[in-house]
Amino acid sequence: MFEDVNDLYQQVILDHCRHPRNFHEIPSCSVTAQGRNPVCGDQLKLFLTLKDDRILDAAFVGSGCCISKASASLLTENVKGKTRQEATALFDQVRGLVTTGQGQGDMGKLAVFAGVHKYPARVKCAILAWHALLEALKGGAAPVTTENEAA
Amino acid sequence: MAFLSGLFASFFMNKTFDWESCRRDFPILDQTVHGKPLVYLDNAATSQKPLSVIEALVHYYKRDNANVHRGIHELSNRSTVAFEGARARVARFIHAPHPDEIIFTRGTTESINLLAATWGATNLKPGDVILLTEMEHHSNLVPWQMIARQTGARLAFIPVTGDDGMLDLSRLDDYLTPRVKLLSMVHISNSLGTLNPVEELCARARKMGVTTLVDGAQSAGHLPVDVQALGCDFFAFSGHKICGPTGIGVLWGRQQCLEKMPPYQGGGEMILTAGYDRTEYKPAPHRFEAGTPDISGPIGLHAAMDYLDAIGRDHIWKHDQELAHHAWDQLSKLKDIRLFGPVGNSPFRAGLVSFLLKDVHAHDIVTLADQAGVALRGGHHCTQPLMHKLGVESTARASFYFYNTRAEVDQFVEVIREIQRFFGR
Repeated sequence: MFEDVNDLYQQVILDHCRHPRNFHEIPSCSVTAQGRNPVCGDQLKLFLTLKDDRILDAAFVGSGCCISKASASLLTENVKGKTRQEATALFDQVRGLVTTGQGQGDMGKLAVFAGVHKYPARVKCAILAWHALLEALKGGAAPVTTENEAA
Repeated sequence: MAFLSGLFASFFMNKTFDWESCRRDFPILDQTVHGKPLVYLDNAATSQKPLSVIEALVHYYKRDNANVHRGIHELSNRSTVAFEGARARVARFIHAPHPDEIIFTRGTTESINLLAATWGATNLKPGDVILLTEMEHHSNLVPWQMIARQTGARLAFIPVTGDDGMLDLSRLDDYLTPRVKLLSMVHISNSLGTLNPVEELCARARKMGVTTLVDGAQSAGHLPVDVQALGCDFFAFSGHKICGPTGIGVLWGRQQCLEKMPPYQGGGEMILTAGYDRTEYKPAPHRFEAGTPDISGPIGLHAAMDYLDAIGRDHIWKHDQELAHHAWDQLSKLKDIRLFGPVGNSPFRAGLVSFLLKDVHAHDIVTLADQAGVALRGGHHCTQPLMHKLGVESTARASFYFYNTRAEVDQFVEVIREIQRFFGR
């Protein structure tokens, strides 16, 4: 019945949704930020441990749909070892990917989110954790929402 | 009109009402979505519109459009007659004693905001209590939070029992104290599907001298409403949930309440005489309707009310409830499902079912159901505090109306089964 949605619910996404990686708090983290999706009430909290300019560790907790959970899980895997600037650049790449379906360069496993752009209502789910990442890197304490994200 | 061919023909030709024939009056239902026939089960969010309503709007803009009340010319006269005729029709629809007690608003949300800003601002003092229930939509919560902050009043909530979604009335006396000035409650919960005993609650409140508001957003088009029998002081509902256009709603209030209330907004249409320093206001309802109103809205709403009452809201209630009972019964047979609201064949179950699947988020349910042509809703349904009380972020919801069929319910349940298989693989 759902053969058409495989471009959205790819195996990698289903796997990360069922078994999210780095799904825990980091009590000793350097920065943290909350992401909230007011449409569904979902929220997640992202934790980053920074040394100088580099992200040493990343983790998250919270509740959400398959897409937002998998996105947060893959985010934590991908930003470890990146500098602030590299992580910010990755945000731009991911946003481009989920809104247009076109990725820039080799995005590795993150490429599985290319299908999201065909489901405008779900773009917010895929980008939620990434907005929290930007906020965390800014050191902001206020929760971010995806309300203004163009679908 | 095309409306006659579907609805009335079915009355005259069949002894029992042929619900499927209604579907011919709703052209929007006849389409495929993602290649599958549309099964529209998001009626608690908004209903579809029959041809008679669409044609009433088209006719108004093609033939009668002009501003109301102040015009002397023919078109203005026609508009005014149609506009005020709709007001009288609303009064009949909810059995209000007089059309002057009908205030047109943008919807239930504005109706409640109007009441909070006028009645609330003049009647609430520090220490007063606004009594709500734990199952209120944000539209019957946030306006009261705002006016409570301004006036020093505070909010209290009649509790909900749990997943079965009933109001816990065992300790009502503890809540209905002499400090309570207003009891405002939802008639039918949009997220649980519960039909609340508002008649009993209004009677209890009345004995205490408490003013009452019933939020009829989910009830007005689904069961016969008689505001005098309900015994409330105010009743609010939206046009778009009862087959009417978006942007039009109603606040009904008892004459003796309305006449003591200050205006809502200032502007044209609401004055008797205006000077540079002071202005004398019109009585209700015009005192509360500043500016050029939505004129086509009431005209479309009039056609919608005619349509619903031609079927009979008692029939609609029975039909919707049968579908909801059937859906509940079928869903309850699934593994790993959590159902919300009145259990089994409860007479307090209105025409919607809210549920969650274990390990599947409501948004994922809704995305997959959409791929199968089934329009559901997933989220907190603007009842976030209730969701938190129940320990969930969101639920998925199927909400029915008279044009839905038992076959559609079966299809919906089959889709939910497939979704479980999809995420279980």
